[in-house]
Amino acid sequence: MKTRKIFLLTFYFFLFAAALIPAVAVSAQQPTPSDDEVNAIARQLYCPVCENTPLDVCPTTACHQWRELIRQMLAEGKSEAEIKQYFVDYYGARVLSEPPRTGINWLVYVVPPVAFLAGIYLLFRAFLTWKRLAKEPITGADHSSALRSGTEPAEGSGIAADDEYIARLEEELKKRK
Amino acid sequence: MLAQFGFGVFVLTFLLALFSVGAAVVGYFDKSDRWVETARRAMLLTFPLISLAVLTLAYLLVTGHFELQYVYSVTSKDMPFYLKITALWGGQAGSLLLWLWLMSAFASAVTLRKWERDRELLPWVIVVTSVTLAFFLSLTIFYENPFTCWWQTTGSDFVAHMFAPAGAIPVTPADGQGLNPLLRHPGMIIHPPTLYLGFVAFVIPYAFAIAALITGRSDDRWIRLTHRWTLVAWLFLSLGLVLGMRWAYDVLGWGGYWAWDPVEISALMPWLTGTAFLHSVMIQEKRGLFKQWNMLLIILTYALVIFGTFLTRSGVLSSVHAFAQSAIGPMFFAFIGVTFVTSVALLIYRWNDLRTEVEMTSLFSREALFLLNNLLFMGILIVCFWGVIFPLISELVTGQKVTVGPPFYLRANGPLFGALMALMGIAPLSAWGRSTYKTLGRALWKPSIPTVIVTLVLAILGVHNWIALVGFTLVAFVIFVTLFEFWRGVRSRQKKQNENFLIALWQLARHNRRRYGGYLIHLSMVVMAIGILGIELYQTTTQKTLAVGEDIQIAGYTIRYDSLAQFPYTDGRIVTRAALSIFRSGKFLGNLYPRYDYYPTSRQPMTIAGVRSTLADDLYVVLVNWENVSASQAPFKVYHNPLVNWLWIGSLMFIFGFLVAAWPERDEEKRKEKI
Repeated sequence: MKTRKIFLLTFYFFLFAAALIPAVAVSAQQPTPSDDEVNAIARQLYCPVCENTPLDVCPTTACHQWRELIRQMLAEGKSEAEIKQYFVDYYGARVLSEPPRTGINWLVYVVPPVAFLAGIYLLFRAFLTWKRLAKEPITGADHSSALRSGTEPAEGSGIAADDEYIARLEEELKKRK
Repeated sequence: MLAQFGFGVFVLTFLLALFSVGAAVVGYFDKSDRWVETARRAMLLTFPLISLAVLTLAYLLVTGHFELQYVYSVTSKDMPFYLKITALWGGQAGSLLLWLWLMSAFASAVTLRKWERDRELLPWVIVVTSVTLAFFLSLTIFYENPFTCWWQTTGSDFVAHMFAPAGAIPVTPADGQGLNPLLRHPGMIIHPPTLYLGFVAFVIPYAFAIAALITGRSDDRWIRLTHRWTLVAWLFLSLGLVLGMRWAYDVLGWGGYWAWDPVEISALMPWLTGTAFLHSVMIQEKRGLFKQWNMLLIILTYALVIFGTFLTRSGVLSSVHAFAQSAIGPMFFAFIGVTFVTSVALLIYRWNDLRTEVEMTSLFSREALFLLNNLLFMGILIVCFWGVIFPLISELVTGQKVTVGPPFYLRANGPLFGALMALMGIAPLSAWGRSTYKTLGRALWKPSIPTVIVTLVLAILGVHNWIALVGFTLVAFVIFVTLFEFWRGVRSRQKKQNENFLIALWQLARHNRRRYGGYLIHLSMVVMAIGILGIELYQTTTQKTLAVGEDIQIAGYTIRYDSLAQFPYTDGRIVTRAALSIFRSGKFLGNLYPRYDYYPTSRQPMTIAGVRSTLADDLYVVLVNWENVSASQAPFKVYHNPLVNWLWIGSLMFIFGFLVAAWPERDEEKRKEKI
């Protein structure tokens, strides 16, 4: 009984091993990822040693090894996201070309548009104020009455607009002389 | 002995700069012309003195005095003569000396002008320029002295000091380390002086602005006096940026010209405020508006100039440019803080004096569009500034460093640059004062028709990337608007003066150089934009290890690896050069020779790409020296860069446009003299 059990176990072991052979062989035959496939990921990562240098063009030995690591991970079937995460886990968020959108890093994405929108708002408000002031009677010196009279919107055809432009141009050229 | 002489000159110049500050202040408050004149002469003396220090260092570099730490670190016996000269700015201490030299030249030139009408501004112009000079001299004397020598101490250590430590004996190394290979390129030889010229020239309008604030002159005299200085500063800063791009393209071997590196950005930031300033001062000149804003812009530009030098020289941000790190960071930081706070405090003090009755009735007037232009430049500045300092903030707060790289800048700045291009097309057609959407619309429809045709043709030809389509549409729009402006002006002259086309064009530009030079600069910018759109949106790349006789295919080209040669060069470097044959549709186009040079003395390699350039594209091949290279097989990285040459063509056009805009007008000069 015992002998039979051992025989069966040995049989199943070899059967399992035999089933694995084709898979291992297929894996070994997988083509090595090309330089372009490696660089496609490497260019999204930054060298942890030479700051501000993308991994695909960094000439250091360390970066050469990291590119080979990417090649190896690709050969193992790892996805782009998994490889990037591996580098982040080991070397920190600095290897990414942009800060991850978490915590304080949000500031890098939020501050510029908020500041720009605030600028637009302030400019628009200032413009409304200036427009209101301009409607009040003009008392100060007029710097460019000649120019402005030339640019008064004239209703009519495009030719009229052209003439208006030429008049303004000539006025300016006369001033320059 | 010469080293001690050079150092003595620094100390003397430093004292002289401080004296000129004191004398100018005394002269102003005592209303004493004699003191002011004394200050002016003291300031004038700084230029010959610093020139003497520069000549001394140049002599020591050329003659191989390796007992000097600076000479040892940037030269070697086998370097050619011209590189020994350019090694003057090849290291930290030397580049600060170059900054000083150019600054003293500009300061001297400005104090040599006739000052009769603006006598009250003179003392404060001297104070600002002398304080800036004294600051950089103090850095040179106390931190970055190019005249320090090597000494061997009693403990057999080698140390670099100006004067002999107790018991130490002088040491002269047999040879130097040589110049960083990356700096042995024509682009890098003229890039730093050009950029620095741009930096220091902006100090002059700033000095006049501060003088106007202190003396309470609220007119636009300071702007008129410094108009040409500002243009010169802007030209050199622009050229410095372009030369830096060309250097990166030729030497760094990554197939691009701009990597949004913090140090590149630090040079771009004063250019942004300077360009906004150039546009904004026109509103003050034409309509007397926005005096406070113009003051703020020039203060910001000065602060960013110093900030840019700080970033480049302090090593606070590690990057490919930060070759040296030193202890001068805190000094810079304090100087930027003090000058910025003082300048803004002065502006606030004079705020009401600079207030003007603003009349603006239309959002479509030229001044409104110029303001929008300023807002866009400020938007790009905020993106750049924030992107550069955020990694420092992150490190300070969380202890973790982050990278803010190209994707961030491209996404944030792309639309802003697009909007600026649109404004470049619209603003020239608007009028000062009361333009309306109707008048603007009437002016716009004619150039819009060929623009739409160009867009349709591009779409039919297969340009389906919407960013490219929008970009090229804007390029076409600006080109047609500008040509339309020229055409209308010429037609007007032809009618009135009965001139032929060429004479009318010449006379038109001659009598209004600033306007038409400005238009040429706009044209040059959009021509550069063609190159930028081409490489940014359509660059392709591939890398492959080739055996002799094998080839790579990219964008219709076939690149065949023929042979590899390795040989020593006369200057000591070892050159490894591949020979490639280029084919297109089976037709032989020529050979390329990508190579890398190895400098044994400094143990540094330099990659020189093989480039085939046409107006349509560049084929850019790098022999990948960081992988295994042998005669039988070698790895190559190939970039196909469409349209990139237009970037360089645009920069040449820019110089021409600038010359037209800034060329002195005889009539104007005479008129100025009469005023």
